[in-house]
Amino acid sequence: MTVWVEVDLCSGCKRCVRACPYGAIEMKEGKAQVQDRCTSCGACLQVCKEEALQTDAKPREIPDFSDRKGVWVFAEQREGQLNKVSLELLGKAQELGAALSQSVSAVLLGEGVAGLAETLIEHGAETVYLMEHKALKDFRTTAYTQALEELVKQYKPNILLMGATHLGRDLAPRVSRRVEVGLTADCTELSIDPKEGILLQTRPAFGGNVMATIANRYSRPQMATVRPGVMEAARKPGAKGKVIKHAASLTENEIGTKVLELVREKKKRANLSEAKVIVAGGRGVGDAGGFKILEELAAVLGGEMAGTRVAVEEGWIQADRQVGQTGQSVRPELYVACGISGAIQHRAGMMNSRYIIAVNKDPRAPIFQVADWGIVGDLHEVVPEMIQQFKKG
Amino acid sequence: MKIIVLVKQVPNTTEVKLDPKTGNLIREGIESIINPDDRHALEAAAHLKETAKAKVTVLSMGPPQAIDAVSEAMGMGADEGILLTDRAFAGADTWATSSTLGKAIETIGAFDLVLCGRQAIDGDTAQIGPQVADYLKVPQVTYVIGIEEIREKSIVVKRRLEDGFERVECDLPALLTVIGEMNTPRYPLVSRLIDACREKAPIKTWNAADIGVQTRDVGLEGSLTHVIKTFAPKLQRQTEMIQGDAKSAVKTLAGKLKEKKLL
Repeated sequence: MTVWVEVDLCSGCKRCVRACPYGAIEMKEGKAQVQDRCTSCGACLQVCKEEALQTDAKPREIPDFSDRKGVWVFAEQREGQLNKVSLELLGKAQELGAALSQSVSAVLLGEGVAGLAETLIEHGAETVYLMEHKALKDFRTTAYTQALEELVKQYKPNILLMGATHLGRDLAPRVSRRVEVGLTADCTELSIDPKEGILLQTRPAFGGNVMATIANRYSRPQMATVRPGVMEAARKPGAKGKVIKHAASLTENEIGTKVLELVREKKKRANLSEAKVIVAGGRGVGDAGGFKILEELAAVLGGEMAGTRVAVEEGWIQADRQVGQTGQSVRPELYVACGISGAIQHRAGMMNSRYIIAVNKDPRAPIFQVADWGIVGDLHEVVPEMIQQFKKG
Repeated sequence: MKIIVLVKQVPNTTEVKLDPKTGNLIREGIESIINPDDRHALEAAAHLKETAKAKVTVLSMGPPQAIDAVSEAMGMGADEGILLTDRAFAGADTWATSSTLGKAIETIGAFDLVLCGRQAIDGDTAQIGPQVADYLKVPQVTYVIGIEEIREKSIVVKRRLEDGFERVECDLPALLTVIGEMNTPRYPLVSRLIDACREKAPIKTWNAADIGVQTRDVGLEGSLTHVIKTFAPKLQRQTEMIQGDAKSAVKTLAGKLKEKKLL
C-alpha cells in the first residue's frame, strides 16, 4: 500500500503538505513529493483538487452502526466516593447526546454504591446501569473489565467515556481490547462531526506540541478517556432518571489480582483541581524560599500554590503541585504565573484557566501570549507588592 | 523466571519544535532515545536478573533504526533482543500495535512477566500495556512503583494511586507497567554495548511473516482509530501589558481584578 504523486497533475498548491499529519510530503521543484515516513493514511488524497495524489489502497468499508445508541460515562468511584471527573464527563455527555439525539447513561460498578446513582442522575445521567458485587468492591482491572464487557455487549452503546485517571487509564485500554474497539487517550476536546455523526476526539501529542483530532470509524462504542479538569460538570437540578440493576457473574478465581492494602497518604496533598485561584512559579522563582512568598500570595487570594516541572525537579515544591502536561490540568478562575517562561508543556495544563496573570522579567517569554494581563518585572518585587495591596482588598 | 521487556524508541519530545510558518513538526535533528518509562522497566528486569536469576528478552517495534534502542537495552542487561520491523507495521494505532506485540510475544513463547513503561512520551497514551495484557489474557498491574515479593505463582507489587498507593498480589504470568518512581535506571555497560553491536549479538529482527500476521491486521490497515487532522495548539489570548514600576503596575492590576470581581 503506497501513496504517490502524478507529477504532471500536481499544481504545487501545497494543500497536501498542510494536510499531512506526519509531515511526510515535501515540495521539490514546485511539485509535491511523498517521503519515506508516509504511512499511507490518505489525509492528502482528500484535499488534492487535481487528483494528483493516488494510492493503491482499497477504500475501507465503514460498517453499519445504526443500532449503536447512547452516550455512556463510566462512573469512577473508590471506597464509595465518586471521582469528580465522572461528573465532568456527564456534563460533556449531555452536549454530545443532544447533538446526536441520543440518551446519556452512567455505568456504576462496586459494592454498596447504589446511593451514588442519585448524584449521577442530578448531573445528567438519564439511566444508571448499576452492577454490585463483592468482587467489585476494590477496583480490580479484570473484574471491572468483565463487568463492562457484559454491559457493553448487552446494551450496545455508541460512545463510552472514562476519566484519564490512574484507574481509567488502567481500565479503558483493557476494556477496549476486550470489546474490540479503538480507544483515544487523554482527550481535551470532544465533539460530534455534523456530517458523519462520529465522535471527534482531540488530544495533545508529541508532548503537547501538536493537537491531533482522531476518529474511530470502524468500531463501536467509540471510546475515549478525558483528562480530569478539562470538561465542565452541568447540574440538572430535579432531574429524574432510572436505575437498571444488572446481576454480575463474577468468580473470584478468574480475577487474578487481590488488593492486599490500600494506603491513602496522610500528608496534606494539594487540591489543585478544586482551587479557585492558583499562584504558580517556575524557574524564575529561584529557590524553595521563593515559593514561600508565592504561598503567601495564594493564601491572601484564598488559593493554592503550584509550579512547573522544573520547580519539582529542583525540589522546590512537591510533585503533587505540578501543573502541565506531565502534571495536572487545572482550570481555576485566576492563574497567576510567576517566573514561568511558558513552555508548551506547562501551558497545556493551565490554558483553560478563566483569567491568567503573568509576571516575568523577560518581555519575550511565551507565557505573555496566553495571559490576560502581563507585568514585565522581577517577581521578587512584584509578588510582595501584590501581597501587600491585595491584602487591603 | 522469564521476563519480556517492551521498549519503544521515541523522539525526545522535550526538544521538538514547530515550524512557525507551517505549524508542522520539525523532525530533523531530534535525538532518538529509549522511552523514559521503559528504561525503568529495563532496570526492574536487570534487577530481577541479578536477584531472581531471570532471563530477559527485550522486544521493540519500530523502523530499522530502532535497533539502537534494542542494543542499548542489551547494554543495560537484557540477554536477547528482538526488533519487529516491517513497512506493514507503520502507522499503527494502539489496537494494531498491541496485536503485533501480542503476536510477537506468543512467538517468543512462555514467560512469567512482561514489563513495560507506563506510557511513551511521543503518544502519552498508556494503552499498550493493558491492551497487550488483554491480548495475552494475563492479569495486569499498572503504575507499579515496587516489586515486593515473588512467590511461586504470584507477585506482590506496590501500585501508585493519585492519593496514596495499593499493595496488590497478582497471579503469574502477568504484565506490569512501571513508572519513574520505581527505581534509578543503570547506565549501559560499554562492554555490553560493544557486544550488542557485534555481528553475533543475540539480536533478531522479525517482520510480519516471522510472527505470522497479515498486513490487514497490523499497521495503518489494522488500526481502528485514525488521525484525521493535526494542528498547532491555539493558546493565545489578547494580552494587556501593564506598564509602570512594581507598585503602580500592581495597583493598576488590582483595579482590573476588582472589575472582574476577582478581588
